[in-house]
Amino acid sequence: MEFISKLANPERFMRVSQWLLPIFAVLAFICLIGGGIWALGFSPADFRQGDTVKIMYVHVPAAWMSMATYAIMGVASFVGFVWRHTLADIAARQAAPMGFAFTLLALMTGSVWGQLTWGVWWDWDARMTSMLVLLFIYAGYMVIWQVIENETQAARLAAILCMVGVINLPIIKFSVDFWESLHQEASIIRADGPSMPASMYLPLLAMALGYTFLFSTYLLMRMRTVILMKRRGSKTKGRAPSIAKTVAGETV
Amino acid sequence: MAAKRGFRKRQRRLIMLGLVLPALFAAVGLTLYGLRSSTVYFYAPSDLPNAQELAERTIRLGGMVVKDSVVQGEGTLVSFLVTDFEETVLVTFDGLLPGLFADEEGVVAQGKLLADGTFKAERVLAKHDEKYMPPEVAESLKGDYGEYQRQRKED
Repeated sequence: MEFISKLANPERFMRVSQWLLPIFAVLAFICLIGGGIWALGFSPADFRQGDTVKIMYVHVPAAWMSMATYAIMGVASFVGFVWRHTLADIAARQAAPMGFAFTLLALMTGSVWGQLTWGVWWDWDARMTSMLVLLFIYAGYMVIWQVIENETQAARLAAILCMVGVINLPIIKFSVDFWESLHQEASIIRADGPSMPASMYLPLLAMALGYTFLFSTYLLMRMRTVILMKRRGSKTKGRAPSIAKTVAGETV
Repeated sequence: MAAKRGFRKRQRRLIMLGLVLPALFAAVGLTLYGLRSSTVYFYAPSDLPNAQELAERTIRLGGMVVKDSVVQGEGTLVSFLVTDFEETVLVTFDGLLPGLFADEEGVVAQGKLLADGTFKAERVLAKHDEKYMPPEVAESLKGDYGEYQRQRKED
């Protein structure tokens, strides 16, 4: 409990995030540039797919991050809902557009990869369908924040939607085991170790790290912006309430 | 006093979520489990219902392409055998096969089961398995390629 309260203190958050932000940004840059060159230039082609397999280095981290982002939003929503920590609500809200982007990227790159390997752009296999549902949940979550003007109310409703939607995460993860599907079973996280050589999964992990740091950088940046805007809003409130209101209403 | 009230409210919210969310997740889980048999993406040859039961419905058939069973007919007409190592079904298809289509690899065919037990595909998709490897490795395994394939089927 105390740990959560400590994290939720906006002052402390601003102080910690100030020096975490540049570190994350640099790490994201290194991992994405390094991992990208490694993956596209030096990782081997697949014996069946040829160079098509390199879509994996964009597709798989995007799909992972779409789920990781949602998991983070789920935790933040829970904390925000139960303990009423505004910072948690801000974190969940600011993570959502990035989760949406990751999901869209995974769906789009997956579509191209599917066309090149399976022979279709889209088919209703369990994983594709559950990923599309994830995209809709992200969209619905953002719409709630957009259409409900009362921020406290929006936070509660969005948190409930987010927590209910968490059920989709295990469905996505286990869709390939539970149902027969076009997608293959897990290649990396499996009992007998990854079913691809290190020359493939190491650049994949580098890319995944890069995505994670990029996400962290943007999340901190967006959260800091919101907090700064809020502060400015409350400072100007005394002088020009109408302006302060519009600033807060538009950006927070 | 106020702090105590706040504490009680917080606990109530926690208990509410603690009851509602697991119940909801269990409900969804049970529903999916219950629907499992009617939400099949494809049938394996041995699970295939008979043609009368299907009554011209479009279904998907999934399995492994039997080695050396691909017969090229006139134009783009092609036929091949699909097996799940228990039963085997003859599939006919008029169109272009996907790039990854190959002997002893996974395939999903979408179409109709005919009364004579053959499957008329309107669409053929190649399935990829979870194993990736560089061509050099596959080449060096070539001697053992059959061994590799056998091992893969056992997995």
